[in-house]
Amino acid sequence: MSDIKFRLKRQDPRDKENPEAHWEEYTVKYEGENLTVLEGLFYIQESLDPSLSFRYGCGQSICGSCAMYINGAYRLACQTNVKHLAADVITVAPMPHLPLIKDMIVDMDDFFAKYEQIKPWLIRNSPDPEKELIQSAKDAKKIEMPSDCILCGSCYSSCPSAWGEENYLGPAALLKAYRFEVDTRDEAGRERMPDWDNERGVYRCHTIMNCVEACPKELNPTEGIEWLKRAAVRRKVFRRAK
Amino acid sequence: MIHHDVIVVGGGLSGLRAAIEAKRAGVDVAILSQVHPCRSHSGAAQGGINAALGNHPDGADDTWEKHAFDTTKGGDYLVDQDAAIQMAKDAIGIIYEMDHWGCLFSRFNDGRIAQRPFGGAGFPRCCYGLDKTGHYLLHTLVEQAYRLQIKMYVEQYVAKLIVHDGVCQGVVTYDMIHGGFESFTANAVVIATGGAGRTYSNSTNSIISTGSGMFMAYHAGVPLKDMEFVQFHPTGLFTTNILMTEGARGEGGYLVNGLGERFMEKYAPKFMELAPRDITARSIQTEINEGRGVNGQGYVHLDLRHLGAEKILERLPGIRDLAIHFEGVDPIEEPIPVVPSQHYWMGGIDTNVDGATPMPGLYAAGECACVSVHGANRLGGNSLLETIVFGRRAGADVVRYLETLTDKRPNARTAFATAQLMEQMIDELGAKNGTENVYVLRAEMTETMKEHYGLFRDEATMKAGIEKLLSIKERVKNVGLRWTGRVFNVDMIRTVEFEGMVDLALCVAEGALARTESRGAHFRTDHNTRDDVNWLKHTLAYYRPDTPGPRLDAKPVTLGPFELQERKY
Repeated sequence: MSDIKFRLKRQDPRDKENPEAHWEEYTVKYEGENLTVLEGLFYIQESLDPSLSFRYGCGQSICGSCAMYINGAYRLACQTNVKHLAADVITVAPMPHLPLIKDMIVDMDDFFAKYEQIKPWLIRNSPDPEKELIQSAKDAKKIEMPSDCILCGSCYSSCPSAWGEENYLGPAALLKAYRFEVDTRDEAGRERMPDWDNERGVYRCHTIMNCVEACPKELNPTEGIEWLKRAAVRRKVFRRAK
Repeated sequence: MIHHDVIVVGGGLSGLRAAIEAKRAGVDVAILSQVHPCRSHSGAAQGGINAALGNHPDGADDTWEKHAFDTTKGGDYLVDQDAAIQMAKDAIGIIYEMDHWGCLFSRFNDGRIAQRPFGGAGFPRCCYGLDKTGHYLLHTLVEQAYRLQIKMYVEQYVAKLIVHDGVCQGVVTYDMIHGGFESFTANAVVIATGGAGRTYSNSTNSIISTGSGMFMAYHAGVPLKDMEFVQFHPTGLFTTNILMTEGARGEGGYLVNGLGERFMEKYAPKFMELAPRDITARSIQTEINEGRGVNGQGYVHLDLRHLGAEKILERLPGIRDLAIHFEGVDPIEEPIPVVPSQHYWMGGIDTNVDGATPMPGLYAAGECACVSVHGANRLGGNSLLETIVFGRRAGADVVRYLETLTDKRPNARTAFATAQLMEQMIDELGAKNGTENVYVLRAEMTETMKEHYGLFRDEATMKAGIEKLLSIKERVKNVGLRWTGRVFNVDMIRTVEFEGMVDLALCVAEGALARTESRGAHFRTDHNTRDDVNWLKHTLAYYRPDTPGPRLDAKPVTLGPFELQERKY
């Protein structure tokens, strides 16, 4: 049996007696050599403090529920093994710069509203063929990186441009715009462009690249945003450009 | 009180597809889900989705008839053949539709959708997007739900059905963010909450796969069908049971025991590593039980090294990441330690091919339902298919059902009373000074399921398991709520849902004990052959409020063009 100290940022703004943020420490016991941060949170909730709130879903780094700020970095709690953190204390806080609901639970409504804003679906005008739309393996490859986004919100929380401008769409929504604009099956033409070709969109990105560092799936939102900026220029200069 | 014509419970593939179908017909539909739909367990599916497209050079002769046959044989003939035929027929259009909606599919050089070989299938008919097919399909349907502006109530834990005069008229939810109970009335409810894998301690499933929709329907008097059939995936990671897709073997991966042998040649000489899951999982467990695990330990190796780095990175990058993060093993360099792990729930809420349950106004689709299309053992690549095919069919039938209704006003008094009952139950739990710890009971139950109702079953072991489950069910009465806060109370959800999980466990246990034969995933060492004379029938389990454990009944299997034969691979 091993044990390790967890330090959690706790806050229940609706608790009249103690609405302020504060830190609490817990000792988590576990067997064997492996413990994920999510398992540690479950141990605390089950054995030490039933009032702890945190999001969880799959426990296998695909659902995007458990992005948190762990030992100074954005991580998925389920994917983070404490032994790899090589630290005496595991410090867990909710994703910063997002409205707090309770403990590790942040308000993701704006995040999803911005996702919706860029029309995150394939837009087609021609009638569908009887079978599949033909897409080369090379073209399919182009949508792989942006399609791997799990909408965990790490990039959005980490982006200084988003901290300063509440209407900025942010890296995740723009990566999603890129995902469709770069898809050879998409026929939006310029339909989606007004949503991202503006000061609330791609031009608010100052290539600080925090999003690239924050992404637990090792994706590159900045690359997508830069592609969109180039596409915007191309489309403005050449009337027929896609 | 909030009203929608149709309420869909669960935002995974089945729920989304049902909602999309209803919305496209102009019906007012809303999705209620414990998590944002993009976080549903459907997204964890990896290997692919079956359809007889015939795109693969070796699959040019494939047809939906052959797909239906493989499904029926794979299910050890407990499959309702009309349902299997319907699914195989619908499959082809479903794949094209997902493509037209923008889903990422891996492609052949000619730009058509790629297909890979999968277990128990006569042809390579599994369509895929790398090894993240579920994720790509799920996000595509989430995107369509946004496009159609389907109302989604996110982080609403659905706790109870509202039933008036035997007709389903809505649900009561725990609103996790606002911290209260809410009743949603509807003229029809579609349950699409997924499987109950987490009743086992060795599951590949999401933590949220607790079977809540199943026990909700069960408690309301709707029968659960074929609950004794639980699938164990041959290859879960040794320490965490996280899924390593069948696609790894479809791409040519080997299963190797401690002696370095490709042992599947003993068990399935023709299909080798691509035998159906029940057979492959039992073969692995036999090797382990007979001392031929790797290093004498309880696992075997899934070896991908001969595929080469390029193929692994191109076709299987997802499981490579999982193996690195969760097992500390890079499949390019080392073989992966794997064990059979609980994976899929063949049984579920009894429905017809249009998702209708015996209760008017109540539908179910996906893993929580039992159509029966998988029979005693599901083939890989058929579960993603099932979710979309039967989600769509349920959505379409709900629309037809609404047209038949003359009185479309749910009874407000019943809805209000049901919500009050829920509040009262929570208040009582909160006031109780619990002497039992629900998490201790949970660990005991999930371990009991693993040990007593696993790959190999026998009467004595199963009877002992039932004793344990009954004692756990009794001790649940002494569980109280330890924290009564209302905002995002994880402890409350996990406490309240536990008794329902025990009830599902008892359905598995009693069904398995009663079925004195071996069929598909249900293998008994004391009755090790299939008994078509006595057991070619579905098990139905009915809830009894005053007696622990279900009342069992039976229902005939719908036979069809495929004649019964012995399963050999």
